[in-house]
Amino acid sequence: MTKKEALFNYLLQLGDNALIQGHRLSEWCSKAPFLEEDLALTNMALDNIGRAQSFLKYAGDIEGIGRTDDDLAYKRGERQFYNHLIYELPIGDFAYTIAKQLIISVFEYFQYTELTQSKDSTITGIASKSLKEIKYHKLHATDWCMRLGKGTVESHQRLQEAFNALWMYTVELFEMYESDAILVKDGIAIDLNIVKMKWKEMIATILKEATIDIPTVDYMQTGSRRGIHTEHLGHLLAEMQYLQRAYPDATW
Amino acid sequence: MNATAIDNLFQQKIDLDLNIEPKDQMPEKYRLHLIRQISQHAHSEVIGMQPEGNWITRAPSLRAKQILLAKIQDEGGHGLYLYSACETLGISREELIDQLHTGKAKYSNIFNYPALTWADIGAIGWLVDGAAIVNQVSLQRTSYGPYARGMVRICKEESFHQRQGYEIMANMMKGTEAQREMAQDAMNRWWWPSLMMFGPHDSDSPHSGDAFTWKIKRKSNDELRQKFIDKTVQQAEVIGLTIPDDELRWNEEKQGYDHGEINWEEFKRVINGNGPCNKQRMDHHKKYHAEGAWVREAAAAYAKENSK
Repeated sequence: MTKKEALFNYLLQLGDNALIQGHRLSEWCSKAPFLEEDLALTNMALDNIGRAQSFLKYAGDIEGIGRTDDDLAYKRGERQFYNHLIYELPIGDFAYTIAKQLIISVFEYFQYTELTQSKDSTITGIASKSLKEIKYHKLHATDWCMRLGKGTVESHQRLQEAFNALWMYTVELFEMYESDAILVKDGIAIDLNIVKMKWKEMIATILKEATIDIPTVDYMQTGSRRGIHTEHLGHLLAEMQYLQRAYPDATW
Repeated sequence: MNATAIDNLFQQKIDLDLNIEPKDQMPEKYRLHLIRQISQHAHSEVIGMQPEGNWITRAPSLRAKQILLAKIQDEGGHGLYLYSACETLGISREELIDQLHTGKAKYSNIFNYPALTWADIGAIGWLVDGAAIVNQVSLQRTSYGPYARGMVRICKEESFHQRQGYEIMANMMKGTEAQREMAQDAMNRWWWPSLMMFGPHDSDSPHSGDAFTWKIKRKSNDELRQKFIDKTVQQAEVIGLTIPDDELRWNEEKQGYDHGEINWEEFKRVINGNGPCNKQRMDHHKKYHAEGAWVREAAAAYAKENSK
């Protein structure tokens, strides 16, 4: 893998996470428990789609064969996507979405804090803007973990079950592959081992306060770094890419 | 002050074009009229999120997706401040939603039509929001202060919505044959329901009398409809769309278009519950409201515990 290929792959990882997360959050439109929350969730969706656009555009520039942000979003197949598995899981109930949001936003909080120090100035630019949004996403998820964790017996149970179900997708967030190794040396990519330690510590603190037990699981899922996904991604892409695929000659 | 004196003072303010504010005394019928109208407006914004939300995950470009998301957020936001304006009249959000679910409160009939293709997102922005703006511009001078001020803000955002809808249609008309067909098909399906948004002809409009006396309503249904037709016909011509009305003619004398008769049978049928999506829209709202009950309960329990 060349440096250029590594950077292209790294940008897809970042862009795909944002794209898929934005897609899932946008599914809440008109379905949230109340109107204010509907707006909060779709607002975070909007943040993510904006971030995806920035990273995918830059990825296209680095690749250098003329693919645009839209080409990369709409015309790649399942095996060419590099988002982490947890991002593509269906939205589930509100507790499941909140648990997912907490796991992801705490991860991204430390990931993007590190990325603002990257030697690549385009990445730092996008990361600085994104970090402001991610801080809000983290606050939103943390607040809801408290409300659900300590609200009613039902809400506590639903939140606990959500974390139990999602836990096996957490370790994958910190896996490092070839592209990371190449780019970390140059100070472009970040060392996820640092992020992992901080993530564990902060999640443990928040869950403790929310009276949620840290789940124990005996198997951790993996695969997305190699483009191996859950079955859910194919359906998501079929929906997202439908117009671009059905009318390949059209511009919108 | 007795009831007649209150009514007189109230009407004097209205006649002087002064705004009525939440703490002012007002006739009960005025208050109820406003609750009916503002809540219908709020519910329309919220139910309108469904046909458009239906296309967010399939929007054909990242830019289009962001614009659509932002637009739907605006609509939800409009719903929020209209609910708030309504609450100043002494009714709670829960009661308003309950009235929607029991059918006591209505929402705009237009959202009982389905958004079938991407061009429908263009047509909704251009025609539906375009029709809504015409109505809302005149409501910026409505007599109830919170409603009038809400409208000022809403109008600014709606004009952006209308432009985004028009842009979708214009792009499609510049595109492939399939895109042009899709755009014209959406035009054909949304034109007449958009005209119906202004309500019955003035001669058949049941709520207009008091609404004019109280200056809640400033312009008649037919006047507003005419305004909408006149501005929209030209916009359609510019991008090559045909208005699906054989009787549409420029009338030199009135300096406006004459149009064919609206299908009032359809209008009544859909308003009375038998449109393509009436049941779907209401079932959707009820379903997700019910599914969110445990979340609202948890938030309330947590807030209560923490306020101790």
